[in-house]
Amino acid sequence: MELSIIFLPLIASIISGFFGKFIGDRNSEILTSVLVSISALLSIHVFYQVIVNQYEENIVIATWISSGSLDVNWSMLIDPLSAVMLVVVTSISALVHIYSIGYMSDDPHKPRFMAYLSLFTFAMLMLVTSDNFIQLFFGWEGVGLCSYFLIGFWFKKESANAAAIKAFVVNRVGDFGFALGIFLIFYLFGTVNYSEVFQEIPTVVNKNLSFLGFDVKAIDLVCLLLFVGAMGKSAQILLHTWLPDAMEGPTPVSALIHAATMVTAGVFLVVRCSPIYEYSLLILNFITIVGMTTAFFAATVALVQTDIKKIIAYSTCSQLGYMFFAAGVGAYNVAMFHLFTHAFFKALLFLGSGSVIHAFKDEQNINNMGGVWKKLPYTYALMIIGTLALTGFPFLSGFYSKDAIIEFAYLRGNTVGYYAAGIGIITAFLTSIYSWRLIFKTFHGEYNNKVINIDETHESPLVMLVPLFILSLGAVFAGYLFKGLFIGYGDNLFWAESIKFLEPLSTEHPPLWFLLLTPCLVLLSIPIAYYLFVKNKELPFAIASMNKPLYNFLVHKWYFDELYDVLFIKSSKKLGLFLWKFCDGTIIDGFGPDGISSFIKKCSIKAIKFQSGFIYQYAFVMLLGFSALLTFLIVK
Amino acid sequence: MNFPILSSLILLPTIGALFLFFTKNKEGNNLTAKYVALFTSVVNFLISIYLWVFFDQSTSSFQFIEDRKWIEGFINYKVGVDGISILFIILTTFITPLCIISVNNSVKNRLRDFLIAILIMESFMIGVFCALDLVVFYLFFEAGLIPMFLIIGIWGGERRVYSAFKFFLYTLLGSVLMLVAIISIYWITGTTDVVQLYDIGIDVKYQNLLWLAFFSSFAVKTPMWPVHTWLPDAHVEAPTAGSVLLAAILLKMAGYGFIRFSLGLFPVASEVFTPLIYILSVIAIIFTSLIALMQEDMKKLIAYSSVAHMGFVTLGIFTLQQQGIEGSIIQMISHGLVSAALFLTVGVVYDRMHSRLISTYGGLVSVIPKYSILFMLFALASLGLPGTSGFIGEFLILMGAFKDNFLVAVIASIGVILGAAYMLWLYKRVVFGKLINEDLKKILDLNRSEYFILSCLAVPILFFGFYPDPLINTIEVSVTDLINMHNTNIAGK
Repeated sequence: MELSIIFLPLIASIISGFFGKFIGDRNSEILTSVLVSISALLSIHVFYQVIVNQYEENIVIATWISSGSLDVNWSMLIDPLSAVMLVVVTSISALVHIYSIGYMSDDPHKPRFMAYLSLFTFAMLMLVTSDNFIQLFFGWEGVGLCSYFLIGFWFKKESANAAAIKAFVVNRVGDFGFALGIFLIFYLFGTVNYSEVFQEIPTVVNKNLSFLGFDVKAIDLVCLLLFVGAMGKSAQILLHTWLPDAMEGPTPVSALIHAATMVTAGVFLVVRCSPIYEYSLLILNFITIVGMTTAFFAATVALVQTDIKKIIAYSTCSQLGYMFFAAGVGAYNVAMFHLFTHAFFKALLFLGSGSVIHAFKDEQNINNMGGVWKKLPYTYALMIIGTLALTGFPFLSGFYSKDAIIEFAYLRGNTVGYYAAGIGIITAFLTSIYSWRLIFKTFHGEYNNKVINIDETHESPLVMLVPLFILSLGAVFAGYLFKGLFIGYGDNLFWAESIKFLEPLSTEHPPLWFLLLTPCLVLLSIPIAYYLFVKNKELPFAIASMNKPLYNFLVHKWYFDELYDVLFIKSSKKLGLFLWKFCDGTIIDGFGPDGISSFIKKCSIKAIKFQSGFIYQYAFVMLLGFSALLTFLIVK
Repeated sequence: MNFPILSSLILLPTIGALFLFFTKNKEGNNLTAKYVALFTSVVNFLISIYLWVFFDQSTSSFQFIEDRKWIEGFINYKVGVDGISILFIILTTFITPLCIISVNNSVKNRLRDFLIAILIMESFMIGVFCALDLVVFYLFFEAGLIPMFLIIGIWGGERRVYSAFKFFLYTLLGSVLMLVAIISIYWITGTTDVVQLYDIGIDVKYQNLLWLAFFSSFAVKTPMWPVHTWLPDAHVEAPTAGSVLLAAILLKMAGYGFIRFSLGLFPVASEVFTPLIYILSVIAIIFTSLIALMQEDMKKLIAYSSVAHMGFVTLGIFTLQQQGIEGSIIQMISHGLVSAALFLTVGVVYDRMHSRLISTYGGLVSVIPKYSILFMLFALASLGLPGTSGFIGEFLILMGAFKDNFLVAVIASIGVILGAAYMLWLYKRVVFGKLINEDLKKILDLNRSEYFILSCLAVPILFFGFYPDPLINTIEVSVTDLINMHNTNIAGK
């Protein structure tokens, strides 16, 4: 039964992908949705079993690679951690499948789209249920591939193709680190299975490696390399550039892959490897710093973007930053909690924005929207719920998880922790501002679209609204209901062995003013945003024109793309051209085959001259030789 | 062994070729000639499968040995297989029939002669992989040049003569030194029998020079940087079937040679020269990947990517780790399948449009979807996606390399990023995007034989990606013993 959770999506994908033409569009949509929904129900059952009966199992499906001492199986590991991921992945995926039936109704390639979605689900499940690092890597690259397919789904769009390649290649940069991490693990432990590696950790804690003349702690290096992989997949700063571009894909894809599931794989990796990370304080601090920098960076950029999906994409980037700094301060369970709640409200926001885009007939610029909240009442209400949950409005799901992150950062009690808590609060405020900006600009104010009439905008069909409604339930209640289970202070029975805490998490409570600070800021931000973006619309422009350089800096996303273009893309193209034309062409061929053959030719042209055919020349040479010989003999 | 199965594997294609040679060369006979060639090579494939089935995986000693006197007291005709060589034989017998099926579109004139060249080539290649006598090996190794030279020179493109001579000069110059080395080995030890040489070993003081002599031949054939420039030219000019044979099988002779002879016969020198191999391999991986990024000609791009992939192979072999060497062998098999498939996919559109330039194409997916799907699969296998055979090879090699030398593994891994970049960019420019070139609208999707060939290649690429056990089990014992032998030799000296 457990295996069918993984394989039902695969079967759905194969049938829809290869036989979609024969069974028809509608049938492939229904088939994939039904199979993935069954998988979701089974996952919920497994999750329930894990909660109630502490059910754990490691199913070996088949051997994959066995070379020398390397033994890798296809396997399915069920423990609390993977059970949580199973629920998140399959349930969001099922809802997105259903939603897509409505959203993609005008697309000519529906079976292909559904096949990709299901294939993605399969790869993601392989990722989360692996019991070793190599199957994890399989899933890791597999989801990257599906993301590549889906970003470039509209293959005629030049920008979509470019974004797809960018996503794959930037992820490969992360995978480069991840793969090296796996090699290092195999080198240190001689195995890549979690259970064996985690058992052996204490034996290598004090081991040092010398790398390029530096002496580094082996465990730090392992943690760093694995984290580089996580940074790529979870779009952390430096390797984040692919995520906003990935919004070229259809919106359901953004909701499933680029908000709820795939991008959280990096967080999952760090949490899964908590038994290793616990021994590397250095890298944990590094993760905290990267996480909070990303959270802050992405929030500032989101403030000034005008593409509805890009704003949410940066918001995702920012929230992933929160998850990482939770993990970095050692609160892995809180990171998982935020991952869990975030999946609901972010998928809700994305699908909601998809509904808006659908209504405006593929318009994505929020400056060309406005004033439609009466026309799209359900979408509007659901988007408000998503926004409230995201910003951490009291008693909605984001409130529990995000505030817990900030609290734990504070309780960590070291400099990095305080710093992270401070940034966390500021970012929470920024998050609230940009989220409300999106809502106000989209739904309130005047109607700004010049292409289509306001009466043409319409509410989405039921098949799109129902998934939104279910997600909104999650966005409202997930935090309240699961708080005790995920982060119940003191007695963390649920996670059992799947998360390791070297020292138990602090059970104290931060001071009351600190607890109230974030919710107050969040509440305060709503009237501020309303004033800025509805009441007094000139003010934001005035602020922007007063701080032109800062504004440009934000609009250009801190100039990362421009920098990378010069640093990596242009330079490697130039280098390639140089190596080809100059090294291969001029040097190697010039001095090698072409050079030698032309040299021999020249020599032979010279040598030809000796055979002139004139007797007197030959006689003269003979005479010269003869006299030289004579001279030599006489002198001797 | 009663029945001379290896000799029949070697001889059968030649017999087929002779049969073709003595038939009348008429236009109408072309189809018959193709059937004869196809029949011969398929029978050969079946024999090689039989060989694999009855091959004993639990021992590393040579099996199916045949030993006949050839020149009294000097050379014996000795052939046999172990776990390392048997896979290459199967690769050869598997690729050849596919090549023969594929020729109907690409070769217009003198089809019969072309088929003869392919069959002769098959004989020689199988000979290379099962020769157990240095002189016999050398003969097959060099003789393989001749049919390839003719294939490029006669059936090639515009600059075929230049390319053919470049190919010939490069490879022949390298091999001359190997011949000298083989003669020296005979003087030093009194035998050219590989099995005996494994037992008695070669004096350490001669090893370095001999290793270098063998290296000069293998490096050119691999090809390693900086003696790789013949390969892109040869590939560009060769007809599709020629490119396939060249990439899939000919390049593997050198990798096989490194394992069988450089490691086996000169263990001490191999240790000495490991840094050299590492440096050249890493340069090959990075440089040629960057060059591949900038190619405008599809075949050239794939040719350069071959150099990069073979860089991984040489890297893996000299890690002298179980994972490294096994990875190298799997990478060679996988590259044999993938590069063959990629050259064939390029051939498919070349036959229709007569252009290899990337800029000619774009938007193919909307007119020829079947083709696009298979092309995608091969591109992914080439960039080493998990679930394809390319991943298993590359990953094991890097894993082995990491055990031996951090830095090399780190730099080589950058090649994996570049591999994704050039392959996906190629795919995007050819298959995705808007259909701009009007001529492409009339292009036809894969016909039955093309579909069959490409599917035949796709199946093992995927199968071994998910389940490489059949390959690994075949080579495991031989590789383990090779490493053990190497280590005892090193310890003893």
